[in-house]
Amino acid sequence: MFGNFDFDVIARSLPYLFYDGMTFTLTLTALATMGGLAFGTLLALARLSSVAPLSALAAAYVNLMRSVPLVLMIFWFYFLVPYIGQWLTGAGQPIRVGAFASSLVTFTLFEAAYFCEIMRAGIQSIPRGQVAAALALGMTYPTTMAYIVLPQAFRNMIPVLLTQTIILFQDTSLVYVLSVTDFLGAASKVAQRDGRLVEMYLFAAVIYFIISLAASRGVRIIQRRTAIVR
Amino acid sequence: MIVISEVSKWYGTAQVLKRCSTSVDKGEVVVVCGPSGSGKSTLLKCVNGLEPFEQGRIVVDGVAVGDPATNLPRLRARIGMVFQHFELFPHLTVMRNLSLAQIKVLGRSEQEAVDKGTRLLDRVGLSGYAHKYPGELSGGQQQRVAIARALAMDPVAMLFDEPTSALDPEMIKEVLDVMVALAKDGMTMMVVTHEMGFARQVANRVVFMDKGEIVEDAATADFFGKPHSERAQMFLSKILQH
Repeated sequence: MFGNFDFDVIARSLPYLFYDGMTFTLTLTALATMGGLAFGTLLALARLSSVAPLSALAAAYVNLMRSVPLVLMIFWFYFLVPYIGQWLTGAGQPIRVGAFASSLVTFTLFEAAYFCEIMRAGIQSIPRGQVAAALALGMTYPTTMAYIVLPQAFRNMIPVLLTQTIILFQDTSLVYVLSVTDFLGAASKVAQRDGRLVEMYLFAAVIYFIISLAASRGVRIIQRRTAIVR
Repeated sequence: MIVISEVSKWYGTAQVLKRCSTSVDKGEVVVVCGPSGSGKSTLLKCVNGLEPFEQGRIVVDGVAVGDPATNLPRLRARIGMVFQHFELFPHLTVMRNLSLAQIKVLGRSEQEAVDKGTRLLDRVGLSGYAHKYPGELSGGQQQRVAIARALAMDPVAMLFDEPTSALDPEMIKEVLDVMVALAKDGMTMMVVTHEMGFARQVANRVVFMDKGEIVEDAATADFFGKPHSERAQMFLSKILQH
């Protein structure tokens, strides 16, 4: 059945697929993960805060982000960010924001909501006695968080955080709606240009599968290495 | 050193401490005992501000614990506390458990903190365990590390919250030995425990609590000789039978 397939098209487009496409996908995944993790941790601390307005605000943010489809968010940000930028800087016209910057902002804000919930569960999984012990030694709340609670929470959360990152890696393919050349976008462009849709989409699926599977195997190894002896 | 006067505390509408008053002088060892749920651990946690209280006054080394202006972290750094479940930090080595607060709270150098930690590990009989993780130690060893961790801060007083009640019987002695040595060195100690042998051996006074009240506060010999409240007599007869 593969008789009239032209797999040679894949070999010919490899540099474009990986050098242009995959680089974009991996960069976006890595940066959005880091940004989302930092912002998500702050959100989690806000949600767990005893200051009611702060925790309500964080909860509202998380609920909003989790209730809107990601594609819609990508669209909205692409069209809104230039105007928000204009408003913030007081410029005369909407500032120009590239598709990469726009999608990075979107994914960071979106992932932060998910990371927040993961971090919140992680922080709550640390026994209260640990906090009491740190406070009893004279540590302040920020010191206790930074040296006692968060390091343990992170270790407990590593498997879930990495799994979420793998999902993010797959989700970045949604930037195709902005006609961006990520890995799927590159495959799609070649597919349309050469009329080899089945071959290219099949190949893209295989690559996503291999990377995601390898990554989740890696997660399991890391999980075993970082587990705290109790 | 520690003066507790007329302290009351509520959880919602349930009163867990009822006008409790007692004191621990410098160099004194006071054992607090009583049936479970009598509020003895809660009272102990009020002393370093881990539990807030609604009424009364607690003064530690001249500092009022309940005063909103009090710098609680600074006060707590001077009061050592040992917990029932040790509460060592499982992600840090034994040495890091001992040195972290010295560095972050007291501002000691890494070298000073490690030197101090090494001396204290030696004192609790655990030199050679510096690079182990808490999870690799037995309960008795963990509790001795926890005592060393509290001592590393050079506290003016030590609070013990049922330090041996989570331990297997064969490990209780090694922890009590460390505590007895500490008492004999003149450390000011407030100890919540059921170990009446320890109380007899080193306590200056015994405080007996029941249902949130301090029922009896007597010199050790008097407490074991002729407790005047019926509740203390009943408690002693139950606990000393075996």
